[in-house]
Amino acid sequence: MQVEVTVNGQAKSADVEPRTLLVHFLRDELGLTGTNVGCDTSSCGACTVHIGGESVKSCTVLAVQARGEDITTIEGMASDGVLHPMQQAFMECHGLQCGYCTPGMVMAATSLLSENPSPTEADVREGLEGNLCRCTGYHNIVKAVLQASGGQS
Amino acid sequence: MTVMGTPRLRKEDPKLLTGENKFVDDIHVPGELWMGMVRSPMAHARVTSVDTSVAAGMDGVHAVYTGAELNDMGLWAAPLPCAWPVTDDMVNPPHYPVAAEEVHHVGEIVAVVLADTRYGAVDAAEVVEVEYEPLPVVPSIAAARDGDAVAHSDLDSNKAYHWPLIPDPDALEAAFASATHTIKAEFEQQRLIPAAMEPRGVLAVPSPAGGDVTLYSATQVPHILKVMIAATTGLSESKLRIVAPAVGGGFGAKLNVNPDELLSVTLANKLGRAIRWTETRSEAAFSTHQGRGQLQTIELAADGDGKLTGVRVHLDADMGAYMMLITPGVPLLGSFLYTGVYDVPAFGFTCDGYFTNLTPTDAYRGAGRPEASYAIERAMDLLANEVGVGPDEIRRRNYLAGGGHFENLETASTLVFDSGHYSPNLDAALELSGYDQLRAEQAKRRADGDTKHLGIGLCTYVEICGLAPSRALGGLNYGAGGWEHATVRFLPTGKVEVVSGSTPHGQGHETAWSMIVADKLGVDPDDVTVLHSDTAISPLGLDTYGSRSLSVGGVAIAVACDKVIDKAREIAAHQLEANPDDLDFEAGTFAVKGSPDKTMPIQAVAFGAFTAHDLPDGMEPNLQEQVTWDPPNFAFPFGSHVAVVEVDEETGGVELLDYTAIDDCGNQVNPLIVEGQVHGGIVQGVAQALWEGASYDADGNCRNPSLLDYLVPSAAEVPNMKLGSTTTPSTSNPLGVKGVGEAGTIGSAAAVINAVCDALSPMGITDMPMPASPATVWNAIQQAKNNNENGGGQ
Repeated sequence: MQVEVTVNGQAKSADVEPRTLLVHFLRDELGLTGTNVGCDTSSCGACTVHIGGESVKSCTVLAVQARGEDITTIEGMASDGVLHPMQQAFMECHGLQCGYCTPGMVMAATSLLSENPSPTEADVREGLEGNLCRCTGYHNIVKAVLQASGGQS
Repeated sequence: MTVMGTPRLRKEDPKLLTGENKFVDDIHVPGELWMGMVRSPMAHARVTSVDTSVAAGMDGVHAVYTGAELNDMGLWAAPLPCAWPVTDDMVNPPHYPVAAEEVHHVGEIVAVVLADTRYGAVDAAEVVEVEYEPLPVVPSIAAARDGDAVAHSDLDSNKAYHWPLIPDPDALEAAFASATHTIKAEFEQQRLIPAAMEPRGVLAVPSPAGGDVTLYSATQVPHILKVMIAATTGLSESKLRIVAPAVGGGFGAKLNVNPDELLSVTLANKLGRAIRWTETRSEAAFSTHQGRGQLQTIELAADGDGKLTGVRVHLDADMGAYMMLITPGVPLLGSFLYTGVYDVPAFGFTCDGYFTNLTPTDAYRGAGRPEASYAIERAMDLLANEVGVGPDEIRRRNYLAGGGHFENLETASTLVFDSGHYSPNLDAALELSGYDQLRAEQAKRRADGDTKHLGIGLCTYVEICGLAPSRALGGLNYGAGGWEHATVRFLPTGKVEVVSGSTPHGQGHETAWSMIVADKLGVDPDDVTVLHSDTAISPLGLDTYGSRSLSVGGVAIAVACDKVIDKAREIAAHQLEANPDDLDFEAGTFAVKGSPDKTMPIQAVAFGAFTAHDLPDGMEPNLQEQVTWDPPNFAFPFGSHVAVVEVDEETGGVELLDYTAIDDCGNQVNPLIVEGQVHGGIVQGVAQALWEGASYDADGNCRNPSLLDYLVPSAAEVPNMKLGSTTTPSTSNPLGVKGVGEAGTIGSAAAVINAVCDALSPMGITDMPMPASPATVWNAIQQAKNNNENGGGQ
């Protein structure tokens, strides 16, 4: 089936099996491998992208369900070589180690701030509940999100 | 300016933050085939037939192989390797990538399909029809030890080995015979699923001209893997190139030689096609080894003041179905640490390894040492109760060297601890945690009859890392050395290239190594490029595990820098027409003593070494040096952790309210990275204490293989952590560094369970199994209440 979407501002299309998950469409068909796969039960959030500005685990969506949607992946966050403020905050706060969960974390965290621009530490922890990290113990991820929000860090 | 010791942002981060980095599953080559694994649903069974015809006839399926067919193809020169035969008579059943006759754990591979697509491989694997004849299952260590069933039907027993370490048996007996206080406790170290966020995966690419294979693998150990693949397949080492691209965490789980790695290399070589596979998360419970899996018995003997006179330990350790790379040695890595940070005159340790019909065990963050730390630190709290002193006081009474500073101290477990200084470290932890206020709050809650009980738990750990002196490893029957290799070279333009034998998977080697080089050579850290993780670029190395990267690999780089400076000094002296001994080297510039205008930056020396127009007679061109560093001793980091929990008497729920850790890893290169390592390590240990545990039914089925059921904590379950450090330089290397990758995990499980038991101690509760889930805690509370109502309290 032909799937046409806008990804990071560019029109893209590919012919895929109807059962193709959005995350595999992005990775295997469009070559956008920044979005990672960490589980098979929609538990880990490594595959989080934005669809129409809202964070979505792209392993829970079929590519065909995303037809016509405006999708942003981690590759679309930095512009002209300048990191997105959330990416910058993750770097400054050492909010990543192996970096595998990081694209999903950054996407989930930016979506969190668009819904709640001034979160408390508890809001951030609750808001990132669907994204797992095995390296950082979350301490510096939470710090980064608070810093990006302009709040305490 | 000194760079080492200052927090510095990581040069690795921009690529990881923008998705540019390539993990194995991100790399594709034309014509690649996807491998799909047909896995046994039975824990122990005879394979009576495998029908591959339907799968083989599917569109897009290239081939289907059974275990017998693969054996007949002559792909294997030897079974999967175990590099640590801990005793001469250790039982080691042959383990081939695909089972042909008998399967020994759920998920063992019985057939392999090759298909054009990711989904096609899964489809084809599902229609391979396998018939099994069930055999008796050994689903636990206790069953392996006490039951009639045997995990391998051609073995008489499940016992794999017996390993003793009893330096002075008579002294040990005497210590217990004359003790005023004795403690005996049993603990279970449940099996853990490592769950690095990146699943394991492989891509084996044959060269177009044939003969050579490049394996991209999500591995911690590309160098070890290369040797082992050569030994296992008979392919020449020189025809293998192993690349660990971006690797998304390891924690020991990527420290192995796995069936998928061998299958992809041999089939790629045979078919001339690239072969790939990426495990699914639920598959990882079977395709990747697990950690822990021990039953521990620890006994303490002490005098009337609670001063330890002896420690005796026995382990029954779960090997799982097979010996993987270092399966049998993992429990022994902890053997030397069951006396903890304490002055113990007499010590004895024995371990029996048993086979079960479960996924094999092997290294997982801490590997043997969290288990040891847990046992001694839990037992010390029991001793404190017995003696009637606080948990801080019992520790102080027993610290090595009375808690004062020491260097090169021999312990009862036969090791020489490089350095330590325990009392100030505990002081710092108690102060930062607000220990006195916490105790006051606890007393108030108890007086008020609050059903939300506050618990405060201590753990003062020591660990052994920096593996290791090669001779010491040889003494333990370990199959390799413990050195690490490094090359440091100046490029003609004055930039520096470092080739590292140790291999990162999240630790920030590129940043840390650049900082070491920057200080040594007086260059900008951004002018240093670190090459690693590709055996074609870094042919020598022993990789990353056991918190060894800095104290072995990083030190190798520092020593190589010293050699570069030595050579540069000769060249600079020649060109400045001075005696080498009359040159100072500071901030990257050679200067003739007393002649401040006669100077030469090391970059100019490097260019001169490159052109080689004017070198001292007989000197080789170019400025580069290699070092293979074999440390004289291990390193022994230590620390004090304080966990604060709230236990809800009515629900059994445990909430971690606060966590303080003061770790001492010797001199620090980058405190930012040190803190990050400690944060992550702490949460992994907390997770063992409270949430995680691979659970198996009587038939050997894992009940919680996916992340829906296996409770890796999220940000919502853990608090911010309060960290600090003390600095006691190591005597084992010239940088005075120790290691910090596993420290958090080694300290935290004991601290948390000590806190839970502390919270519930008024009810007479002295132990709590891990994970301390609400149901487990609630049941313990009900049992304690019943005991108390019946006037028992036994």
